[in-house]
Amino acid sequence: MNSRITDRIATGVFYTIAAIMVALLLYLFYFILSNGLPQVTWDFLTSPSSSYQAGGGIRDQLFNSLYILFITMIITVPLGVCGGIYMAEYAKPGKITNFIRTCIEMLASLPSIVVGLFGLLIFVNITGWGYTIIGGALALTIFNIPVMVRVTEDAIRSVPKEQKEASLALGITRWHTIKTVILPYAFPGILTGAILASGRVFGEAAALLYTAGLSTPTLDYGNWNPFAENSPLNIFRPAETLAVHIWSVNTQGLIPDVREVANGASAVLVIAVLVFNLLARWLGSVIHKKLTAGK
Amino acid sequence: MAKASVSPSAEERLILTKKNRRWDEVRGRSLVTICAVIMIAATIAVTVFLAQKGLQSFTVNNINPIAYLTSANWNPTGGENASFGIFPFIFGSLAVTFLSALIAAPLGIGAAIFMSEIAPKFGKKVLQPVIELLVGIPSVVYGFIGLVVLVPLLRDNFPGIGFSLFAGVIVLTVMILPTVTTIATDAMRSLPNSLRQGSLALGATRWQTIRKVLIPAALPSLLTAIVLGMARAFGEALAVQMVIGNTRDIPGSIFDTAGTLTTIVTLNIGHTTYGSIENNTLWSMGLILLIISFLFIFVVRYLSGRRKI
Amino acid sequence: MNYTADKPTETRTEDELAASITRASKKEVVLDVKDLSIFYGNNEAVKRANMGIEKNAVTALIGPSGCGKSTFIRSINRMNDLIPSSRAEGEIIYDGINILRNDINVVALRSEIGMVFQKPNPFPKSIYNNITHALKYNGQKNKKVLDEIVEESLRKAALWDEVKDRLHQSALSLSGGQQQRLCIARTLAMEPQILLLDEPASALDPVSNSKIEELILQLKEDYSIVIVTHNMSQASRVSDKTAFFLNGDVVEYDDTKKIFTNPSETKTEEYISGRFG
Repeated sequence: MNSRITDRIATGVFYTIAAIMVALLLYLFYFILSNGLPQVTWDFLTSPSSSYQAGGGIRDQLFNSLYILFITMIITVPLGVCGGIYMAEYAKPGKITNFIRTCIEMLASLPSIVVGLFGLLIFVNITGWGYTIIGGALALTIFNIPVMVRVTEDAIRSVPKEQKEASLALGITRWHTIKTVILPYAFPGILTGAILASGRVFGEAAALLYTAGLSTPTLDYGNWNPFAENSPLNIFRPAETLAVHIWSVNTQGLIPDVREVANGASAVLVIAVLVFNLLARWLGSVIHKKLTAGK
Repeated sequence: MAKASVSPSAEERLILTKKNRRWDEVRGRSLVTICAVIMIAATIAVTVFLAQKGLQSFTVNNINPIAYLTSANWNPTGGENASFGIFPFIFGSLAVTFLSALIAAPLGIGAAIFMSEIAPKFGKKVLQPVIELLVGIPSVVYGFIGLVVLVPLLRDNFPGIGFSLFAGVIVLTVMILPTVTTIATDAMRSLPNSLRQGSLALGATRWQTIRKVLIPAALPSLLTAIVLGMARAFGEALAVQMVIGNTRDIPGSIFDTAGTLTTIVTLNIGHTTYGSIENNTLWSMGLILLIISFLFIFVVRYLSGRRKI
Repeated sequence: MNYTADKPTETRTEDELAASITRASKKEVVLDVKDLSIFYGNNEAVKRANMGIEKNAVTALIGPSGCGKSTFIRSINRMNDLIPSSRAEGEIIYDGINILRNDINVVALRSEIGMVFQKPNPFPKSIYNNITHALKYNGQKNKKVLDEIVEESLRKAALWDEVKDRLHQSALSLSGGQQQRLCIARTLAMEPQILLLDEPASALDPVSNSKIEELILQLKEDYSIVIVTHNMSQASRVSDKTAFFLNGDVVEYDDTKKIFTNPSETKTEEYISGRFG
C-alpha cells in the first residue's frame, strides 16, 4: 500500500510541475501583453525615440531590428544551408568531419556576449568600421550559422532515402539530386527552422550592444540611397535594435517614461517572436501537406 | 541521348575524364566545402582573436594571472592603487549558474517525466508549445520583467534592496527551464518501451519504474540537459545584469547584490578606452567565458560518450 | 506456400538437358562477375561470387533475406557507394571494363545500368516530369523529343493507356503498381543496357504483381535484366537463369529450369522446396 501512496504523491508532484510551467507562461504573456499592448499605438510604432523626454516611440528601433534580421538571414541562410548540405551529403565519417562538428558545437554554445565581444574586436575595432549594421549582422551570423546548419542537416536527413536513390540510380549527379530532389523535399523543414531562427535573432541583444551600437542617427525614410549617411538602408551606420533599446532605456534610465516604453517595446518583441513561431508552424504544415499530396 | 547516336567506346563513356565529368557536381561540392571551411575558419578566428586579445592584460600589462583569478579586490580605476582581482565575478557566475541549475533541474526533469510518462497527450499538445514559447521570449524581456516585478517583490519581502544574487538566480532559472525540459524530454522519450513494460510487469508502480529504472537509464542524457542549461545560464548577460546589482564584492548572502563575469563585461567594455589596462582585463574575462563555454562542450561530449542508449 | 506443387516432373532426357545448356551458353555475357566480395566494415556480405550474366535474358537472384542478393545487385550500378563503410573486391566486367575501378564515372555507369527499387519511389512531381527529370538534366530540352520519349517509355512500361490523359497529374495519385511501372518507364527513358530490379513487385498486390511479370518478359527482348526476388514461383516464371544465394555465397547458378527441377546442391533443393528461408 505504501508504494501506492508514494506513487500518487509523485504523480501529484509531476502535475504540479506541469501546472507551474503553464502558469509561468500564462503569467509572463499576461504581464507583457496587458502592460504593453496599451502602449502600442500607431503613434508609438511610427515616431522616433527620444533621448530625454517622455513620449518617444520605437520607429527606428523597429526598422533596425527588421533590417538587421534581413541582412543576417541573407548571409546566414546560404552559408548555413550549404554547410548543412555538406554535413548531410558530402562529409565522410572521419577526423575532419568530427572536427567540423566540434566547430559547429563550439559556435553554437558561444555565449552571445562573447560573440558580441568578437564582433567588437573584429568588425568594430580592427576593421575600423565603428558600430554598424553590417557588423551587427555578421556577429549575429556567427551565432546563427550553427542553427541553420543543424536545421538543414536534420531536414535533409529526414528526406526518404528512396527519393535520393531514385535520382542517383537514373544517372543524375549527387549535386543535381540535392538541388532538384532533396532540397525541395527538405524545404519545409529548412523554412520552419529559418523562421524560428529569425525569432531568436530578432530578440537578440547582447551580441548587438557593441557591434551595431546603442544609437541610431537621424534617419530620412525618404532617402533610399544605401550609401547616404541618413538613409535607413545604409549598412555602415549604427543601429539600435528593439531588444537593445529595452536594455538601454532600463539601464541608462534617462527618459522619464522608461516603464511605458519598455512595456510597449517588450510587447512588440514578444508578439513578433510569437508571430514567427506561429508562422513557422503554419507554413511548415501547409507546405508539408502540399508536398505529400502531390503538385 | 548522345550515347545512342554516336556510340563512343566503353573507355570513353565509363572512365572518368575531363570530357565526360559532370562539372555541376564539382562546382556544387566545392561550394558546400567552402562553406564548411568558413565554419572552421570562424571557430578558429573567434578562438584565436579572443585569446590573443584576452592574454594582453598578462603579456602587455604584466598582471599576474594567478592574482587576477584569485584576488577578491576589483578596483580598476584606482590609479596607483588599481587592482584587478576578478574572483568575486567568477564566484558570482558560478553561484548563479549552480543555484539556477539546482532549481531548474528537478523542475525541468519533472516536466520531462510528466510529458513522457504521465500525460504524453497533454504534454505534446499543451506543454510542448508552452516550452517552445518560453524559449522564444528574448532574454531582455526576461530581464525587464525581473527588474519591474521580481526586484520590487524581493525588496518588499526579503532583506536587501531587491537587486540580488537571488533575483539573478530566479531569472536564470526561468530562462534555462525550457532548455533543460526539452533535452530531458527527448532523453526520456528515447527510452525503449521494453524498459517500462518490464518493470511494470514485475508489479512496480509507475513512480518506482520512473525512479528505479527510467531515470537511471536516462541519467547521462539528463545530466547533459542540466549541463547545457548551466552553459546557457553561465553565458547569459543582459537578463542577469538587469537584476543582480553589479557590485564588485563577494555577496554575503543570496539577498546581497553581486556581479558576474558577463555582467561586468557588458557594463564596462563600452565605457573603457580600447587598449587601456582596464579594458584589457575585461577582454581577459571574455576569454575566460570562452574557455568555460568550451569546457561545457567537453563535459557534454564526455556525458554523451557514456550514454547507454 | 507449397513450392513442391508447381515443380514439373523430372522427365527430361539427357539430350534435352545438354541442348538447353548449350543454348544458354551460346548467349553473350553482358556482365562478368569475377570473385566479387563485398564488405560492410568487417562483415563480408558477398563472398567471392562468380557469375556470367547473359544478354537479353532475365537473371533471378533468390535466397533468404540477408543472404547478400540485394548487396550484389546494388554493386552492379555502384549504389553501394552510398554506404560509407562498404568496400568491394574482385571484378565486374561490363563492356570490357571493370566497373568497380575507382576512376569509373559512376554517373555515366548508372545511366547505362538502370535500377528499380523495392518500394515504388516516384518523385513528387507530375507523371510527365518524373520521366523527363533525368532527360532534362542530360540536356534534352526539345519539347517534341521529350514528348516522344515519354510516350515511348510509358508504352514500353505498359502504362501509356492508363495515364495518357493525365500526364500532368501528380505521380503520387497513381496506384502502387502504376507507380512501380512509372519507375520502370523512367528508367527505360534513359535507354539503359541493363535493368536491375530489386524486388520490384514485393510491395504490390497480386494483380500489379502479374502485370510487372508480364512486363519483364516483354522487356527481355531489348534489355538484359537482373531481378532480386523473394518469390520463387515468380523467379521460375520470369527468369532464364537463377542464382541461389545463401549467407553471402552463390550456392548455385544455372538455368532456371535446372535450378527448379534438378538442383545440384542440397541447400538449393531445400530452399526451393520451402524447407527454410
